Amino acid sequence: MTAASDSLAGPVDLREPSGWRRSKNQIMTVLMWLAFVIILIPLAFVLVELVAKGASAISWQFLTNNTIPPNVVPLGTGGMGAAVVGTLEITGFAAVLAIPLGVLGAVYLNEYGGNGVLARLISFMSSVMTGVPSIVMGLFIYIVWVTELGEGYSGMAGSFALACLMLPIVIRSSYEMLRLVPDSLRQGSYALGASKARVTMTVVLPTALSGIVSGALLAVARAAGETAPLIFTILIVEQTNPNLFSGPDTALPLQIFSNAQSPYVGAEARAWGAALTLVAIVFILMIVARIVTALFTRNSR
Amino acid sequence: MSTVTKADPATPAGSANPLSRRRPLGDRGFQILALAAGLLVLVILVLITVTTAQQSATWFSTAGFKGIFSVQFDGQTHFGAMGVLYGTVISSVIGIIVGVPVSVGIALLLTQVVPARWGRPIVYVIDLLAVVPSVVWGLWGIIVLVPWLQKIYLDIASGVKGIPVLDALFGGANAGGASFFTAGLILAIMITPIITSLSREVIATVPVIDKEGAYALGATRWEMIRGAVWPHSQGGVVGAILVGFGRAMGETIAVALVIGDSVEVTSHLFYSGQSIASIIALEFGEANGGEFRSGLIGLGLFLFVLTILVNLVARWFVERSARRTRGA
Amino acid sequence: MEEQQDQLNVQQDQEVVPKLTVPDSAPRDKFTGNAIFDVKNTSIYYGSFRAVTDVSLTVYENEITAFIGPSGCGKTTVLRSLNRMNDLIVGARVEGDIHYRGVPLYGKDVSPIAVRRRIGMVFQKANPFPKSIYDNVAYGPRINGIRGRGKLDEIVERSLKQAALWDEVKDRLNKSGLGLSGGQAQRLCIARTLAVEPDVVLMDEPCSALDPIATGRIEDLMHEIKSKYTIVIVTHNMQQATRVSDRTAFYSVLRDEHSDTRTGVLVEYGQTAQIFEDPQDSRTQAYVTGRMG
Repeated sequence: MTAASDSLAGPVDLREPSGWRRSKNQIMTVLMWLAFVIILIPLAFVLVELVAKGASAISWQFLTNNTIPPNVVPLGTGGMGAAVVGTLEITGFAAVLAIPLGVLGAVYLNEYGGNGVLARLISFMSSVMTGVPSIVMGLFIYIVWVTELGEGYSGMAGSFALACLMLPIVIRSSYEMLRLVPDSLRQGSYALGASKARVTMTVVLPTALSGIVSGALLAVARAAGETAPLIFTILIVEQTNPNLFSGPDTALPLQIFSNAQSPYVGAEARAWGAALTLVAIVFILMIVARIVTALFTRNSR
Repeated sequence: MSTVTKADPATPAGSANPLSRRRPLGDRGFQILALAAGLLVLVILVLITVTTAQQSATWFSTAGFKGIFSVQFDGQTHFGAMGVLYGTVISSVIGIIVGVPVSVGIALLLTQVVPARWGRPIVYVIDLLAVVPSVVWGLWGIIVLVPWLQKIYLDIASGVKGIPVLDALFGGANAGGASFFTAGLILAIMITPIITSLSREVIATVPVIDKEGAYALGATRWEMIRGAVWPHSQGGVVGAILVGFGRAMGETIAVALVIGDSVEVTSHLFYSGQSIASIIALEFGEANGGEFRSGLIGLGLFLFVLTILVNLVARWFVERSARRTRGA
Repeated sequence: MEEQQDQLNVQQDQEVVPKLTVPDSAPRDKFTGNAIFDVKNTSIYYGSFRAVTDVSLTVYENEITAFIGPSGCGKTTVLRSLNRMNDLIVGARVEGDIHYRGVPLYGKDVSPIAVRRRIGMVFQKANPFPKSIYDNVAYGPRINGIRGRGKLDEIVERSLKQAALWDEVKDRLNKSGLGLSGGQAQRLCIARTLAVEPDVVLMDEPCSALDPIATGRIEDLMHEIKSKYTIVIVTHNMQQATRVSDRTAFYSVLRDEHSDTRTGVLVEYGQTAQIFEDPQDSRTQAYVTGRMG
């Protein structure tokens, strides 16, 4: 029979392994669950606080009134309309800039670049670039656009800064989606005499579209919440600036930031209201991104 | 990856029509456009370096080498980077110490403990966490967290008075809610999603057959994780942690709101401080002199180079781990 | 082996479908040793899919039992149920009785971890851990509480010798286990399994990824350790079954025309000599003579 091994001698005992092994395993599992609970706590607190304090500040007037009152004034007059419009316009324009460029960049990496040195360099540096602090993007556009070229502060400058932020994110997420497109689809299109550009535009991109859109929406959500790039590019104003391309502008994150630093009651309430508005916008973008993924994954099966 | 060595299927050979020997203009144009878009990444990175370096020239010349390596920065007479660098590093380190166990724990939970279906709500929570804008964390931090922690810090500070190491870290008369430690806590919350998601990717690539090998020897789940999963993933997880560290160092607004507002190097974690990113954000509006502005831009360049380096090392770790598991 | 040479010659000279012959040393009487596994009317499900239907057989101590059959017939499923590896698959379910040395394997108080400590498994593709050779073999004993360096050294050496790998690796025990050739890696996995001194060793097509020489070494190994362990091996290679096993179970696929479902069934089980030389079921005969599967 088997060599001397205490646990196997005698009648067969198939119960749990020795206490300390089982305890260690259980403790570890508990700790892992604890990690999740720990992270839930601040999230819950923030969301509760946001809704509790922000909801009372939000009203139709709050969202649409174009005059942002000075910090000292308590809640009731004016509203954040200027900031809402600013956020939508600036982020929207940034998306218009960054998304096509990002998708094209990903197309280069996956369809044309192959395993070449340049493609690998671009791919690697795109990953690295996602880690560049957003404030650096703001400084960059400040130096180049606002100062050097003398264009001054404008919503567009802010869009440029946000676009620099979004570009590597869109490239990476689109690249992952393009990689998933099976090569057999491309081969089929080539076999019908299509050029590479045509194959990409008519077969590859449509197939990867839902993933690309979803990734792009998440990048937009990220950009909408950014404050630092806007500090040096759009300045801050108290009235809606209808012209994206000239003159300083304002946006929700900026308003939250400036109000948060102010000790006045009105400012705090406005900050919460603006924060809830911003979070709502970002959540909607995120939910739409999920829906897009879910819808199209089901369709493509 | 699409192969480059294959004959380009876009140019049919032996066609009767001479026009088809050359690639159509639109096709060429598209390729150039795509290439240009890709190159944009490199161009932007280079431009950032060049322009910020140019604008920091005044800072370098005014402060000189010795000045830059001093602690204080006020834009008028002191242009030292060390104080704010300390703030950046310390708050990020605290963020890592607090955030990594939580992040890796959740990553292990999702990949080893929870079956795929039940994992989705957990993933949604992490995504929610990731999508909350930094300024909202800052707002909550300064209005809710800072006052609440203030009391706790003061209690701790008086409690550890006199005890050698603890007093140096957690004691001090100026302990306050807005401090390095609070910034570190907020950073921990903010970097958890990225570390968790990258770690998950890495851990999920461990071959099932290795895990089965451990189980077949009669291992408990934790023993299996230590024996079969961890050796595969450790490099990648280190990379994930470094990415988180880089993120923490670059985080501006949330830190600006809760770190306090004084540039100093001190061991007391409950003292107020300043990070590179936060000082740029807070002082830029007030910076009136060319030297002040140049100094802040110089700090920005410093931060840029620092985060690039950290991310280079981090991504190298992650890519290497991915290559290894693919090859194995 | 001479019989095998004759076999090959027969294959080359004639068009006749060759008959596999079983070595004379294989037991040919009605052997009744201790029953290690008693499987009775067992069906195994993955969710609603019935992978295997109504299997009954007995595995005897210190014998090598082979499971053979075409792809998808459930032989690996049955094998994995013997050390409760199927528990790792969400939705897997065992109905029926499986007894191990008289104890119900799927009983309420039974711990799968304790089960696997006694019933080890070697996999189709060698899966050494990304650790040193020494740490690979020492992993099992370590998790069972053996810490002393001296004791571990002893166990590692003994296991590697049993797996016929000691001489090749004794000077590089701290090199990574991933650097071994396919055959060596598989023997490392066998050493790793033997290090915890199990009662039974299950083998899931252990040689299918190896060349004939490496295969031969593992088959020799199986003969050597047979006296101390009970072995159950799943194999696609019928010659291997005749070379190593005492008893053979032939599985096949049962197709239900009405619902177009497939399920695995045990067709015939008996001493290897009988299965290959005198199969009772026509399906068995078709398979072992090469006309099917």
